[in-house]
Amino acid sequence: MSKGRYGIHGGQYISETLMNELIRLEEAYEHYKKDPEFNAELQKLLNEYAGRPSLLYYAEKMTKDLGGAKIYLKREDLNHTGSHKINNVLGQALLAKRMGKTRLIAETGAGQHGVATATAAALLGMECEIFMGKEDTIRQALNVYRMELLGAKVNAVTTGTQTLKDAVNDAMREWSNRVEDTHYCLGSVMGPHPFPMIVRDFQSVISKEAREQILEAEGKLPAAVVACVGGGSNAMGAFYNFIEDKDVELIGCEAGGKGVDTPETAATISTGTLGIFHGMKSYFCQDEYGQIAPVYSISAGLDYPGIGPEHAYLHDIGRAQYVPITDEEAVQAFEYLSRTEGVIPAIESAHAVAQVIKIAKNYSPDQSIIVCISGRGDKDVAAIARYRGVDLHD
Amino acid sequence: MTNEKIAKAFDTPNKKAFIAFITAGDPDADSSVKNILEIARAGADLIEIGIPFSDPTAEGVVIQEANIRALKGGITTDGVFEIVRRVREQSDVPLCFMTYANPVFHYGYDRFFTKCEELSVAGIIIPDMPYEEKGEMEPIANAHGVSVISMIAPTSESRIKKIAAEANGFIYVVSSMGVTGVRNEISTDLDTILGHIREVTDTPAAIGFGISTPEQAAKMAGVSDGAIVGSAIVRIVAKYGAEAAPHLYEYVRSMKEAVAGV
Repeated sequence: MSKGRYGIHGGQYISETLMNELIRLEEAYEHYKKDPEFNAELQKLLNEYAGRPSLLYYAEKMTKDLGGAKIYLKREDLNHTGSHKINNVLGQALLAKRMGKTRLIAETGAGQHGVATATAAALLGMECEIFMGKEDTIRQALNVYRMELLGAKVNAVTTGTQTLKDAVNDAMREWSNRVEDTHYCLGSVMGPHPFPMIVRDFQSVISKEAREQILEAEGKLPAAVVACVGGGSNAMGAFYNFIEDKDVELIGCEAGGKGVDTPETAATISTGTLGIFHGMKSYFCQDEYGQIAPVYSISAGLDYPGIGPEHAYLHDIGRAQYVPITDEEAVQAFEYLSRTEGVIPAIESAHAVAQVIKIAKNYSPDQSIIVCISGRGDKDVAAIARYRGVDLHD
Repeated sequence: MTNEKIAKAFDTPNKKAFIAFITAGDPDADSSVKNILEIARAGADLIEIGIPFSDPTAEGVVIQEANIRALKGGITTDGVFEIVRRVREQSDVPLCFMTYANPVFHYGYDRFFTKCEELSVAGIIIPDMPYEEKGEMEPIANAHGVSVISMIAPTSESRIKKIAAEANGFIYVVSSMGVTGVRNEISTDLDTILGHIREVTDTPAAIGFGISTPEQAAKMAGVSDGAIVGSAIVRIVAKYGAEAAPHLYEYVRSMKEAVAGV
């Protein structure tokens, strides 16, 4: 069996044109991850540019209101560019530069990863092109303009469902067209090996910090860590350093859309089956002939028909559980956290908040739950207003 | 594994093959049967039948759109097998499938290749199943007499010999970077790639990606054992729809003549 396996999942199901590049990428990563100079440069950027470490904030009002476990918010929304995506992007951009690349390309759904990539490209003086489903360029018009302000070219992808999966398709096509000077800065723990490993490692800073912070605050580990899952990068980052702590429950929140009993869902673990797509073996929403399903979620960042292979594995072995959260539950949680704590979360992160609202009371006050607020919700305000039937004027 | 059906395709007077690709079910099953038979009658030595996939990441716009048309027309993997069954009533032209890993994996490898064997489909090309991953499928395909066709790309470099040495049926040499589609110019150093292949195997090697004119086909067949044409054929189907057959005949004939004249 090939490299990059998580149980039966993972692998390198990619065109021959890209194989040598993936091998070079893996070699470069294995080299630089042990290089003190590379790590010092990355740490400096994370601390002084991205604003790490991010806060672990005790949500006291929410805790009292829900009545149960103490709730802590891991505030990835406070990072520069407003989400966890910058953790991975700074790592990959530095790596790409060391590999002699002068151009970054990336897919984006909600636009968070596109903005982060465009930011890193601007900072490091690299050319940048972002692929974004046309549907998402409409849902997230503000982020398109942000990327353009940062000097990136944004390509609206008009094929397929015109969402995240189609953006990945076109980014892969572009990479196979121009691999010499270009690095594909994949935004999630998905795709062919070594991407799921590289992205997980760069995102694992979330749980590395959170573990230290909760031990400092509570003197013991949390009862649960909760994060939203599309491809699964913030969840993988939030889970990773807790995997060996067998008593810590790991809970991933998938986009249930209009419900897992409807076709308008993106809940891969709940409704998907084993398949091979986007370079990996994992679970995918698909039909009886293996055609990838046109998934749906109110959240452009979770609107993806697959899940990273390591999540699929954690599901298989029962180490993590994955639950669907509907649009309505996520919107309610979005509003709840805004009102209760004065924190407007990304609609993606609101899926995790929704699960915490459901389960907090099942725990005792001497237990704690960490919920990863993977991004901030400014980008979603207009969409939530639309969802609530509020007419916003300029 | 020797694959006599594929060997037959390359056993032409000048030992050069013209290989045609067409997307099954585009725009419908009846047209596909007619088009495949017409391409065979026009002299194609081997026909690759594309099983549509929702997300064909190795394809350019022309074949992407054909996949969408076919899926919208209701084609399924079983529907493609039915097309092949109808073709087989009238023709023994060598056939291969071209598709992506997921439709085959999802159908079940054994079930899929059992059908291939019944219908005398000689090979399968899966662009997202490289050398490293073919092991989960190849033994099952071979047990049913189906060759898994290996691809070699302009970036393969040090991988060429390892891939070629294990290659089966024929070798698909990708002429250019990027995805399928018509190109004005092919600038890859194909002589060097073919040279490396020849050092380790006498399995025939045909060149595809970007070929549309008889001149290009002759040139590519000149440096290898054959030329593969897809997008230019699919474009004719896109243009003429259910009336494409005579146009396909004319085009394939001109391409076959060019390859035969090398």
